[in-house]
Amino acid sequence: MKIVLNGDTVETACNTLQELLDSLSHEEGSVATAVNKEFVPSNERTSLKLKSGDLIEIIAPMSGG
Amino acid sequence: MSLTFYQSSFESRLLLGSALYPSPQIMLDSIRASETEIVTVSLRRESSTDKSGEAFWNLIKQANVRVLPNTAGCHTVKEAVTTAHMARELFDTPWIKLELIGNDDTLHPAVIELVEAARILASDGFEVFPYTTDDLSIADQLLNAGCEVLMPWGAPIGSGRGLNNVYSLRTMRAHFPDTPLVIDAGIGLPSHAVQALELGYDAVLLNTAVAKAGDPVKMAQAFAQAVVCGRNAYKSNPMIARDLASPSTPVTGMPFWNK
Repeated sequence: MKIVLNGDTVETACNTLQELLDSLSHEEGSVATAVNKEFVPSNERTSLKLKSGDLIEIIAPMSGG
Repeated sequence: MSLTFYQSSFESRLLLGSALYPSPQIMLDSIRASETEIVTVSLRRESSTDKSGEAFWNLIKQANVRVLPNTAGCHTVKEAVTTAHMARELFDTPWIKLELIGNDDTLHPAVIELVEAARILASDGFEVFPYTTDDLSIADQLLNAGCEVLMPWGAPIGSGRGLNNVYSLRTMRAHFPDTPLVIDAGIGLPSHAVQALELGYDAVLLNTAVAKAGDPVKMAQAFAQAVVCGRNAYKSNPMIARDLASPSTPVTGMPFWNK
């Protein structure tokens, strides 16, 4: 299915948000996530099933003022 | 007396941003030279290939400071609230510098949305540092929404223009004598920071003035001295300015003096 990952449309076979993070080698605690503009806490990623067209945001620390 | 934000006390009255430095090492050296205890950070999309966010976070940890995540770039309440939640999990802090932008040219705070987002976040346990204007009615609403600190701009972000409206800022200080007030944005020179502290502001938050200086580390030192200077001046009860001259050297007894 197709999802929109950080603004880019990509094909994925992952069933859950946690599977997607694992496939991208993001370590536990290094990123935060949102799906369809709603925050998804880390302890809910395993139960969150991905659907076609989902807007996924994977966010990390960054410099800022 | 130290500075207190949400029951946490700090000695330094300078909050420093972590963006725009020539290199990561200069950022780290500048943070140390500034003597700040609070550094602002942000959130951005993480690439699965370069993992730059993780590297940045490891660098900030070396500075041994408290981090204040921001919601920079958010234009809606929804974006800001979601970003705040992600920041709380990622940085493990209830602190959030709440920024909602209402105009892309001036980066003017979107104050109506700001109040709404502040209310939502404060009721959810966040400790909100709102980037706002010097509007007293908005400030009142932010306090009613649960904010315990206010951060009015001195001038637009990154402009380096200093305190554009000293009268308004002085009025704000007088109107909220017991609320921690931080000038956030617009500071370009240490003299601007001195002026803010002389007005009785509790602290200043700046980034570009240090990061974009030719020698950021030296400028960070200058700001460290500036906030101490301004605070000492404020606490020493400055003289009242007057229009006419008044000789400082005693006149009585001077040679050739005739009454």
